[in-house]
Amino acid sequence: MSDKGMNLTLKIWRQKDSKSKGKMETYKLSDISEHMSFLEMLDVLNEQLINEGQEPVAFDHDCREGICGMCSLYINGEAHGPDRGITTCQLHMRMFNDGDTIVIEPWRAAAFPVTKDLIVDRSAMDRIQQAGGFISVNTSGNTQDANAIPINKSDADKSFDAAACIGCGACVATCKNASAMLFVSAKISQFALLPQGQVEAKERVDNMVKQMDLEGFGNCTNTGACEAECPKGISLENIARMNREFIKSAVLKDK
Amino acid sequence: MSVLNSKVPTGPIKDKWTKHKNDINLVNPANKRLIDVIVVGTGLAGGAASASLAEMGYNVKSFAYQDSPRRAHSIAAQGGINAAKNYQNDGDSVYRLFYDTVKGGDYRSREANVYRLAEVSANIIDQCVAQGVPFGREYGGLLANRSFGGVLVSRTFYAKGQTGQQLLLGAYAAMNRQIGKGKIKMYNRHEMLELVVVDGKARGIIARDMVTGEIERHSAHAVVIASGGYGNVFYLSTNAMGSNVTAAWRIHKKGAFFANPCYTQIHPTCIPRSGDYQSKLTLMSESLRNDGRIWVPKNIEDVEGIRTGKIKPKDLSEDQRDYYLERRYPAFGNLVPRDVASRAAKERCDAGYGVNATGEAVFLDFASAIQRYGKERAYVQGHKNPTQEEITRLGEQVIEEKYGNLFQMYEKITADNPYKTPMMIYPAVHYTMGGIWVDYNLMTTIPGCYCAGEANFSDHGANRLGASALMQGLADGYFVLPYTIGDFLADEIRTGEIPTNLPEFDEAEKEVKDRIEKLMNIKGSKSVDHFHKELGKVMWNNCGMSRNEAGLKDAIVKIKAIREEFWKDVRIPGTANELNPELEKAMRLVDFLELGELFAVDALHRKESCGGHFREESVELDGEQKGEAKRDDVNFKYVAAWEWTGNPSEAKLNKEELEFNDIELKQRSYK
Ligand SMILES: Cc1cc2nc3c(=O)[nH]c(=O)nc-3n(C[C@H](O)[C@H](O)[C@H](O)COP(=O)(O)OP(=O)(O)OC[C@H]3O[C@@H](n4cnc5c(N)ncnc54)[C@H](O)[C@@H]3O)c2cc1C
Ligand code: SF4
Ligand code: FES
Repeated sequence: MSDKGMNLTLKIWRQKDSKSKGKMETYKLSDISEHMSFLEMLDVLNEQLINEGQEPVAFDHDCREGICGMCSLYINGEAHGPDRGITTCQLHMRMFNDGDTIVIEPWRAAAFPVTKDLIVDRSAMDRIQQAGGFISVNTSGNTQDANAIPINKSDADKSFDAAACIGCGACVATCKNASAMLFVSAKISQFALLPQGQVEAKERVDNMVKQMDLEGFGNCTNTGACEAECPKGISLENIARMNREFIKSAVLKDK
Repeated sequence: MSVLNSKVPTGPIKDKWTKHKNDINLVNPANKRLIDVIVVGTGLAGGAASASLAEMGYNVKSFAYQDSPRRAHSIAAQGGINAAKNYQNDGDSVYRLFYDTVKGGDYRSREANVYRLAEVSANIIDQCVAQGVPFGREYGGLLANRSFGGVLVSRTFYAKGQTGQQLLLGAYAAMNRQIGKGKIKMYNRHEMLELVVVDGKARGIIARDMVTGEIERHSAHAVVIASGGYGNVFYLSTNAMGSNVTAAWRIHKKGAFFANPCYTQIHPTCIPRSGDYQSKLTLMSESLRNDGRIWVPKNIEDVEGIRTGKIKPKDLSEDQRDYYLERRYPAFGNLVPRDVASRAAKERCDAGYGVNATGEAVFLDFASAIQRYGKERAYVQGHKNPTQEEITRLGEQVIEEKYGNLFQMYEKITADNPYKTPMMIYPAVHYTMGGIWVDYNLMTTIPGCYCAGEANFSDHGANRLGASALMQGLADGYFVLPYTIGDFLADEIRTGEIPTNLPEFDEAEKEVKDRIEKLMNIKGSKSVDHFHKELGKVMWNNCGMSRNEAGLKDAIVKIKAIREEFWKDVRIPGTANELNPELEKAMRLVDFLELGELFAVDALHRKESCGGHFREESVELDGEQKGEAKRDDVNFKYVAAWEWTGNPSEAKLNKEELEFNDIELKQRSYK
């Protein structure tokens, strides 16, 4: 393993707060190890900025292992950067070369206003979940035995695959229409595939879609960009399933 | 008599919880509407508590420092959650789960609490399935189980390697339902910085809006702290970057006793560190020890070859390998508890057998499991004479189904393919068994102030068994606190809303504002991380996997010095009235720098080895257990609950003697 240090030029979006205008700033970094994670590279930049008496770059992150969904960078025109099936915090510098220029921007979408620098406000996604992303069961502990209803493994697995969404918003940031369909359909599918989720299926899809529209997310025109950039491999099949659920609900309502 | 009253109900252990629930004061539904509860934290403990309390009718205000409750660090839990369901018919029972957990904790937990935990464990699974948590299933449609360390039954439920995520999303969904109804008011990107105590009762908190920098007052009739563990006192750990001790430490300084701070879990299977820039360590779930075998080369000559890459691990034959856990602990093998596995890895690496360039790594090898599963699957699929390639392909398929995301995570970080070459792992700080002292009702020594989840000290003694933290967090939040908090709140129905203009709020707010101003005005020369890394180094070297008197005394001196230096020379850019990550980190480090000292004080006073706390002075000198940790029940069979008196080294020690009526005290043996 050679540990040659890389020299990099970073172009980073700086914006003081939601009200101010932002602009790109250029920074130089040297001697970056290929074993560093992308966020560790930004740590090094920030340490350098602090030592120079400048303000460090604000970016969201927490778990740094690809599961909390907090990190959210648009790197060289791609959500979560050039690698596939990972989040920004799992991206490693071995994906880059000495002398590269790396452009780093926040998620761009009308429903995700910039809070500061690379941090955006994704609370719209929470509000969609609050509109119906749940099964109405109280936490009494007096539910029936967990094995009372067997669930066929393939449905259970598909439900799990949909539930693996980390709510990062990369699908929205990637979509030219800033649509949240992949995200919303993942939650709807998780429940639609389980017997426990059937009872409220109609209300759920109606309410979540309504909230999604209210939040200003765009329409889905089936470009498939979201699936390609999703770090958790959430499949477009979920969007198809959600559309079916939506139509089913509309038909039933007419009766 | 000790000042600590654990309030454990009388009667036989198996009836205590039922009896207690029957005896406890209830608040009538109409009156619940008059009562406010603050919950700090939205992990499994806080999220479950918020949802349950709101369902019951209380007005809940929940706080998290992340931008959404769904991002609490519970999300990162991988391996699974225990429950005494006995679906596998392998002899499991509430008693056995209780027994394993007390034994696993090296007999340093409170029996009655652990029994209750085992008792409600089965409900957790029922509840989660009803909420739509997609647990792993067998082909027959029933729930699947796996085994975890320190036990001989298969009782761990899982959702691939994302169990914590799925459980947390369940609690988050339950919260969302209540947020939608207006019963929970959610404060995201808010950090609790102080507790407000009025007439001896917890009545509110001071929090900072992390976007605007505004300091806010929030009042309530009771405050629940569910802020997670403090492993980040070591700087490097498997915790999230923002995990902190602030909420817990602030209530400690206001009168809540801090119990057993030195009980830390160093997890045996994490990805080894790679350089000084390292910001966190990544866990590879313990579930991997179901199928992975841990080894280092038997001959020291081979180590050099492995390190330089001249020899590949595959080149070494079975008899050139030392499967040291299987050798030392034949009964439990690779599934010994975490503390035992970690020390054994350290022992081999200290002896020079570490397999990577830093000398701090051992192998976790799946080759035999791949072969075994491959043969099984080929057989099931009707290939009675499969080729070697076929077996490997099918075996890798099974491993992929079980641990796919973990293998992917490993490969992304290290650029090695663990299907083809063994993983390299090393122990890392993972979980803190110590925490705020609570009684059977989960109330701290401050009336009206509760503590749940990893933040409290209960249930895991000196060492936590795998898959039991998720169980505890959800038990506390869904099934315990909603009952026990009623005991206190029943007297509050006539209190009325707590005004936030009381002098106690003024004072607490001033404390916070002064602290922030003082920090901003230091304008020194070094970053917050610089000091945090210094602290981490002292903690790891002197208070890590193995501890001794001289090292701990040295740690106390060094931590004090770092703290002084920090308050003189830290540089925090920007201002306090804006989103300022450096200020956030500094506020957390202020508290870690005090906690670290108390940690060392506690470790120094506990002259025995127990669970994750290993004192070099206390080992078995001969017999079958030679070299193993030696517990001292005569002198240390108690919970050390420290009371703040103005500085960490002068904290006052209060003891809660532990009684074992239902389990015989024994030296732990996994041989
Ligand atoms: C990588 C990893 C894997 C694990 N795997 C397993 C496993 O397989 N099985 C198992 O049983 N256990 C596992 N554990 C342990 C388990 O996940 C944790 O102990 C448990 O989830 C902690 O839950 P909690 O609710 O107490 O805290 P957390 O989930 O950490 O939540 C803390 C909450 O408090 C909030 N908070 C903290 N400080 C403040 C403050 N000052 N102001 C406002 N809010 C604050 C945070 O925003 C967050 O919402 C694992 C742990 C890790 C780190
Ligand atoms: S669907 Fe994928 S990209 Fe979209 S929020 Fe979920 S995990 Fe992120
Ligand atoms: S920081 Fe948690 S997913 Fe990247």
